[in-house]
Amino acid sequence: MTDLNLNSLYQQLILDHYRKPRNKGELPDKTVEIHMANPVCGDEIRLQLRIEDDEIIEAKHVGQGCSISQASVSMMTNLLKGTKLSEAEELAGKFTDMMHGDEDVARDKQLGDLRALQGVSKFPVRIKCALLAFDALQEAIKETRES
Amino acid sequence: MSTLTAHPAFDVEALRRAFPALNQEVNGKPLAYLDNAATSQKPEAVLDVVERYYRLDNANVHRGIHELSRRATVAYEDARARVADWLGASEASEVIWTRGTTEAINLVAASWGMDQVGEGDEILLTTMEHHSNIVPWQLLAQRKGATLKYLEMDEEGRLRLEDLEELLTPRTRLVGVTHISNALGTVNPVKTIVEAAQARGARVLVDGAQAVPHRKVDVGELGCDFYVFSSHKMCGPTGIGALWARKEILEEMSPYQGGGEMISVVERDHSTWAKIPHKFEAGTPNIAGAVGAAAAVDFMEGAGYENIRKHETDLLAYALEKMRALPDVTIYGPEDPRERSGAISFGLGDAHPHDIATILDSEGVAIRAGHHCAQLVMRHLGLSATTRASFALYNTPDDVDRLVDGLRVVQGIFGS
Repeated sequence: MTDLNLNSLYQQLILDHYRKPRNKGELPDKTVEIHMANPVCGDEIRLQLRIEDDEIIEAKHVGQGCSISQASVSMMTNLLKGTKLSEAEELAGKFTDMMHGDEDVARDKQLGDLRALQGVSKFPVRIKCALLAFDALQEAIKETRES
Repeated sequence: MSTLTAHPAFDVEALRRAFPALNQEVNGKPLAYLDNAATSQKPEAVLDVVERYYRLDNANVHRGIHELSRRATVAYEDARARVADWLGASEASEVIWTRGTTEAINLVAASWGMDQVGEGDEILLTTMEHHSNIVPWQLLAQRKGATLKYLEMDEEGRLRLEDLEELLTPRTRLVGVTHISNALGTVNPVKTIVEAAQARGARVLVDGAQAVPHRKVDVGELGCDFYVFSSHKMCGPTGIGALWARKEILEEMSPYQGGGEMISVVERDHSTWAKIPHKFEAGTPNIAGAVGAAAAVDFMEGAGYENIRKHETDLLAYALEKMRALPDVTIYGPEDPRERSGAISFGLGDAHPHDIATILDSEGVAIRAGHHCAQLVMRHLGLSATTRASFALYNTPDDVDRLVDGLRVVQGIFGS
């Protein structure tokens, strides 16, 4: 039972994104940068986006942390390129719902590789690790709209 | 009769049965509790006196005329005397009850520090300190224009004592040092530091939070000026701890918080203070906590500090040996087990400490992952977090085996 949960938590796809994070590095022509950290555990993400006319052109990230936080931001940035801000918000909403146990949304293809993180929802103390990237995304959207 | 009473043989299995929380399953596995540096579990003896106090003796202390108030006052002050005797204090009034180590340090910083530390004065800490022995001094230094200096660690996480003389100056007002590191388990040569600091006219505060669960402390023998600890790490309740300081220092210090209990006479625009220890205990104190703290002292002494030390030394040596035999395990802190007590901080391949902690939890093994409120230690190691297993008198080689088995599961998942 517990082993099953562990296997669902630590899928190969997650470990692959942890070891080979996609879109990692600085984005020189970013239009917005959000630093999010979890002071309790030291997970840290600097999300950098280039947003033009309501569309995310490029997304990169810098930081460090556990496999869940780093896989989450790697998978998320993969999906952001070429999306409208409203679509990115929708993605964040769906991912948050999945973290809170919504099993229907966990089958939604829009979530791409992020579906591999569904198992995190069974580990309440780790949900915040998975959500850190999306907290940064939502803050970045808010800041862009306000500027 | 000899005053050297031999303790009955140390029976760890019998001892474990006194701790209800140890006897449970977590995630379908028997609990292996190895997060004792964060807080220890509580024995029946402590739980019973706390409950008994609330059921039968509960009343506010001091000034009450009725029987329950008399009983509560006697229990509260007897508990203080018990702790004073255990610590080697000259008298009970040298023990000030606080919420714990953190409040005790804040008390010293806010009272002694505000009076005695001035602009240009220096406070010498070590990079091994818990945040609770750093931040109160930063707050004080910012208010007074004082300077913080740090004694650094070597690669094995031991204090660089060779730098001590140079760091101590005529402006050094206080040296704050932890007795045993919460993050690395390093045991510090406190007596040597006390002698060097006092020779330069500095006061010394020793953070004993990680020492009192493991070894007999005698403040007279250490020679320090302030000693602080929490009860909850040594089988007592949370929310209670104490500051010990020598009587003449406490008598000169200004009050900490104002309120009831700490006054002698209150006028419209000024008041006079109660004598120590009550001068520092404003408001209704944690009476049940104090009673529980004394019961924890009885429990620890009942088990016998010599027995505890021997048992834990063997356990630590066993754990270090088993963990070093695992591939990809990096152990931080002193190599020599004699320079270490209570805790093992480590890393495992490229698995992040939080992932290790989650996997161990699913195996019923409770450990801690993170910076352990010691970010200066993490920076020294060049890490953002470590995994820490920490031991108490009731841990067994079986707990260590469970930890090691759990680490093999981590290796299976992370493929290291």
